[in-house]
Amino acid sequence: MWRYTLKRLLQGLVTVWFIATATFFAMHNVPGDPLSGERAATPEIRANLEARYGLDQPLATQYIIYLENFIKGDFGISYTQRNRQVNDIIREHFPVSATLGILAVMFAAMGGVLFGALTALFRNRLPDTIIMFMVILGISVPSFVFAALGQLLLVNINDLLGFSILPVAGWGTVSHMLMPALVLGMGTMAYLTRLMRSSMLEIINSDYVRTAKAKGLPPERIFAKHQLRNAIMPVITVLGPAIAAITTGGFVVELVFAIPGLGRYFVQAVQQLDYTVIMGTTVFYGAFLVFMVILVDLLYGWIDPRVRLQ
Amino acid sequence: MHKPIDSNEGFNRSASRQLALYGVGAVLAFVLLMLGLNSAASLTSTSTGGVAGAVDVENNEITAYLRQDPPELNTMGAADAVSGIVLGHVMEGLLRYDEHGEIVAGLAERWEIEGDTATFWIRDNARWSNGEPITAHDFEFAWKTTLDPATASQYAFILYVIKNAAAANNGELSIDDVGVRALDDKTLQVTLEQPIAYFEKMVAFATFSPVNEAFFNSTNGRFAAEAESLLYSGPFMMTSWVHGASLRIEKNPYYWDQSRAKLDAINFAYVTEDTNTLLNLFKDGRIVQVDLTAEMLEGAMQQGWVLDRFMDGSVFFIDFNHRDGRVTTNKNLRRAMVLAQDANELVNSVIKLPGYVPAKSLFPAWMRGASRTLHEEYPPPEAPFNVALAKEHLEKAKQELGLSEIPPIILLADTSPVATISAQYYQETFKKNLGLDIVIDQQIFRQRLAKMESGEFDIVLSGWGPDYNDPLTFGDYYASWNLNNRGHYRNERLDELVRIGQNSLDNEERMAAFGEIQQILFDESVLIGNYERGRVYATDPRVKGILRRAIGAETDYTYAYIDLDAQ
Repeated sequence: MWRYTLKRLLQGLVTVWFIATATFFAMHNVPGDPLSGERAATPEIRANLEARYGLDQPLATQYIIYLENFIKGDFGISYTQRNRQVNDIIREHFPVSATLGILAVMFAAMGGVLFGALTALFRNRLPDTIIMFMVILGISVPSFVFAALGQLLLVNINDLLGFSILPVAGWGTVSHMLMPALVLGMGTMAYLTRLMRSSMLEIINSDYVRTAKAKGLPPERIFAKHQLRNAIMPVITVLGPAIAAITTGGFVVELVFAIPGLGRYFVQAVQQLDYTVIMGTTVFYGAFLVFMVILVDLLYGWIDPRVRLQ
Repeated sequence: MHKPIDSNEGFNRSASRQLALYGVGAVLAFVLLMLGLNSAASLTSTSTGGVAGAVDVENNEITAYLRQDPPELNTMGAADAVSGIVLGHVMEGLLRYDEHGEIVAGLAERWEIEGDTATFWIRDNARWSNGEPITAHDFEFAWKTTLDPATASQYAFILYVIKNAAAANNGELSIDDVGVRALDDKTLQVTLEQPIAYFEKMVAFATFSPVNEAFFNSTNGRFAAEAESLLYSGPFMMTSWVHGASLRIEKNPYYWDQSRAKLDAINFAYVTEDTNTLLNLFKDGRIVQVDLTAEMLEGAMQQGWVLDRFMDGSVFFIDFNHRDGRVTTNKNLRRAMVLAQDANELVNSVIKLPGYVPAKSLFPAWMRGASRTLHEEYPPPEAPFNVALAKEHLEKAKQELGLSEIPPIILLADTSPVATISAQYYQETFKKNLGLDIVIDQQIFRQRLAKMESGEFDIVLSGWGPDYNDPLTFGDYYASWNLNNRGHYRNERLDELVRIGQNSLDNEERMAAFGEIQQILFDESVLIGNYERGRVYATDPRVKGILRRAIGAETDYTYAYIDLDAQ
């Protein structure tokens, strides 16, 4: 088990290095100039700026310097927010994205398992039809539509009630989080519902459930020990990447709800060619994703002893 | 075959019970999670607690928004529009613009500009937000640091009117040679490269603000990174800044004119550029003012909102590439394109954003001349939309170029929505009216600039915004030495006129020069005017006195006050 964990972590490290290197060279090959502004700089001001950011060095040297700093955990200073360390940006804004992401995943996981189990139990009956219709909606409608609709709903409810039941946008209290988290988790919830449904149906007809019933086990026990626990496996498999995806993919929701998350910096950095922020956020998110996948694999072994054998 | 043992009825019911239990458990877990998150969130919370209303009568404060987190509040660095809004409240220099756009005394109680020497006497009661006096040394330090090559300031060029400033910034001379000197604690003497008529107007620009040297050194390179790593000289001071989330400014108790700011505090509690979100916040009574898009206008009128408009100062136009080998070096081709399009149609039928007006000249309509607006003193010549005439010019162009067909013309544009539809309008219009093929090359903003610099375009959707309230801020755009003249337009007479605009001390003569520049640009078809950008906005009826303007802070709450009677 320890050997396996160590091996996976080493593999993860190589993956992160690969991400860092690929991003570095891809970024430098994106046409455009991170130092250009609306006001053209004189060659002298430009030279001063290039010296400040080390862009006057050959690319290979820049890469080595970058890797050295990366190992030290220093991502440098942002090009667009000239007084801020990229480390500070990640430290201040990732917790916001993570909080929102965790809440969204909770919504998605709890809702997905609940609705998935329901549809399986009531297969081809009214609850199943209704939920599966919602699932199609949830999967096909993009999150910015949900975000806009959710916000509009809040405005109208607040207007109708004459007081603010939930804030329309902003960040700071739990009441600020509910709507954005729900919106953010919607797609994943729909996806998990469908996944849960199919895996429940597969298991209801499996041999060991039939055997359990034949043995005369109480239905509660069969449901909890045999059905739910087995059916939940695929859900856990996708949960790790889903957490990473939701935490990193909240750009639109963060914009609509005026949330100071890292997703906004991640996307805007690319648009503004902010080299250091692109590198910092990409490597950070890459490492985060790799870590989540490893975590899920390890968790998998813990839930399902059969996996541990390999 | 037997019937399956599990007809499932009882089994399902029991499972539903299980599910119900699971549901209760989930809700409980959720509540616990929320409690945990609540304490976690208080760490990143906005200072207002988030759900405050737009107007707080009791504490005499209002809530507003920012389009983005201010990228740079260090006045020695670049000055973008959003940082400019914040700095306009918390920083003051020697001189400033008043409500009517006139230059008035700021931290300097009086000043004297004689020939190439300007002297400023700083007020005795001018103080930083920590109570320390603001001295002439603070100005000397700030300006010299801006010019220091090691600072790598992008706005250093605006100080180049000062003697030896450009040479010091280029590293040819020492920073000590720059012509700014504190004669004593309260007297600042500036030596200019040469006498200029508009120096007062430039001094009001943010780059000319003071910086306290001891404080600057105490921040260990994190100057202006947080609310507490900056000292304030303006009517307000920043008391909290949660990056990307909120920013709060309160009345500065050490500001010399306590009667100027009417409000005790302003909360910039929301940071987003999503126009629908901002509208929703306004509807919900969370922010005092909101900019409107075309589709919001009708609803706003039905609601009976207080609407107003202003020009934000920027002018947008098509630049031609005048580099050798480009077809756009041909004047008749440029003329044909000028005549074959209609800025009125672009603004009224294509862009359709409220507040936008067709651009008739490089100089915007609001720009002041000697006594009235420049447009009143020197009306911009107008080219009538005339396809027949345009075609004649096109034929001449083909003959001159020796081409039977004009090759496809590359139109460079950035990716903003307005640039996108503008580019499509020109593509369609030039095809329809002149049979010209336009290839649109859309690039992100920085890449558009890079391609303009290297000359990879025939025509480009470009624009310019003012730095100070004088026509020269637009007038030198096409000077041969101006690096922003990325199309490389060259005209000796125009260069002479720009020099008059820069060097003459006679304002009438200067304005005549700008009038002639305007005429040359028209005669030579150097640009195609697109639009001047404006905005229509709605304001909470309880708040009066919010300024919107083209020069200085785009939105200025300094004079704003709460007036409940007005309802």
